[in-house]
Amino acid sequence: MKNCEYQQIDPQALPTPTPTPPPHQGDGSDRREEQRRPRKKWEVFPGKNRFYCDGRIMLARQSGVLPLTLGLILVTSGLFFIFDCPFLVKQLTSCIPVIGGVLFVFVLITLLQTSFTDPGILPRATPEEAADIENQIDNTGNTSYRPPPRTKEVLINQQVVKLKYCFTCKMFRPPRTSHCSLCDNCVERFDHHCPWVGNCVGKRNYRFFYTFIVSLSFLTAFIFGCVTTHLALRAQGGKGLVFALQESPGRYPLLIKAFFRISYIWSILGLSGFHTYLVASNLTTNEDIKGSWSGKSGEDVTNPYSHKNIFFNCCSVLCGPMPPSLIDRRGFLPADDSAQTGSANSELPTQATKSELNVVGGCSQLAFGFQESPSPVSAPPNSHKNSTSTSA
Amino acid sequence: MLPCFPLTFQTNCNRYMGYKTHSLQDMRQQAAIAAKVFLQRDYTNGTVCQFQTKFPSELETRIDKQQFEETVRTLNNLYAEAEKLGSQSYIEGCLACLTAYTIFLCMETHYEKVLKKIAKYIQEQNDKIYAPRGLLLTDPIERGLRVVSCALVFAVARIFRLLRSVTYK
Repeated sequence: MKNCEYQQIDPQALPTPTPTPPPHQGDGSDRREEQRRPRKKWEVFPGKNRFYCDGRIMLARQSGVLPLTLGLILVTSGLFFIFDCPFLVKQLTSCIPVIGGVLFVFVLITLLQTSFTDPGILPRATPEEAADIENQIDNTGNTSYRPPPRTKEVLINQQVVKLKYCFTCKMFRPPRTSHCSLCDNCVERFDHHCPWVGNCVGKRNYRFFYTFIVSLSFLTAFIFGCVTTHLALRAQGGKGLVFALQESPGRYPLLIKAFFRISYIWSILGLSGFHTYLVASNLTTNEDIKGSWSGKSGEDVTNPYSHKNIFFNCCSVLCGPMPPSLIDRRGFLPADDSAQTGSANSELPTQATKSELNVVGGCSQLAFGFQESPSPVSAPPNSHKNSTSTSA
Repeated sequence: MLPCFPLTFQTNCNRYMGYKTHSLQDMRQQAAIAAKVFLQRDYTNGTVCQFQTKFPSELETRIDKQQFEETVRTLNNLYAEAEKLGSQSYIEGCLACLTAYTIFLCMETHYEKVLKKIAKYIQEQNDKIYAPRGLLLTDPIERGLRVVSCALVFAVARIFRLLRSVTYK
């Protein structure tokens, strides 16, 4: 199952310890140069994501219509500040641009956070883990025929939940995790892939997303209200609405804005309302669409993750502890070049700090291969092949 | 099967010819031969981070069952503390919401503080209990909180002697 990926020891080198490692055989100098420069994990990330600022910012590869979203928000808010605010400040109060400004900043910050944050991506399983899981499946599965796509059932709060095996990430997906085909990653508590923000919405950025759509609803409603008030005040002073429109210096922008605002408002309000319902029942969009807990199949199913109380559900989803990013984008790769890169040349790290030992399989087979050894190694032979740490 | 070792391993072995102790530092620098045992996640309480406490049979010869289960139980308690929905997490969440979540850029969250505690606990356990028995626990955060991996390390000097006896025939 495991290939021996090491180079043979040069017997000439054995008696005399060399202080520096001898040059690799068959490797170009380019690869040596590349191996000397310490690389960060985001550079070899297997999913379809883009990274900026040395791994601090991440986006889906297809950023969707994020530039359009930003553009729409900036343009309409800009028009509001330029054309409506001066009039309304004179007629009403100077709080209006302040409130508008606060909402606008809130919307922008939460949008950028939703787009640039890791949504809860699960790193792919290492080869050893994948092999361990394969062994467990072989041992516990039916050997008479090829099993269908692998699933594992677990009992969560007295509810049977099926965990599916992800063939890309080589692991059983935790509950509520789904593999996003656009980003090619498994995302925890996967809600949906939002093209408007250009990223998946999952466990880590759901609260940012929810705050974004709620504050955007407030902003659009606020701007719509101000625009309507503006028109109404002008209409009062003049000869009616048509005259007010003709007189208004920014009448075309006003009309365009009004049109857009009406269409945004209903769609965004609707979306906010839908997500408020999801938050209150501790559901994800994915589960709602699939009807996982609605008892479509006729069985008596309830949502096992819900706290059965709207307030607790809201608190746990929006105010729960912020989980850390699991993909460690800015960590350095160990010198042996992580197995996830698919590199065929895996060596020992010369200074392994916390490195996982990628040389496991080949070396343990090697250790067991020494027949003439009088002092056998302490673990029984082939234990790693049959290791079943847990039974499924 | 032809013996095959990376050349860098060979130079490390040359340095550690007189290796007898099982200190963690030595193990980390030269530990290359190991079998691995994985403890998977336990989802019976939902999506909270908990690991199965079932004692793997491969470790029977190396460590006491009670000791190992105690370690895993402590880890589970620490993760439960990190993910606890208590007043601290609510205050942190509400404050973050009011500041448009910008405080996450400046301050360390409760979860991150507990993760540091967990890292320290694992290192301490490795130093005191696991390394002397030729075992090495890996912090689950390095594996995306999927598994607790325990590596069984074999005595390196013994392997090197075996290798020399084969290559110098």
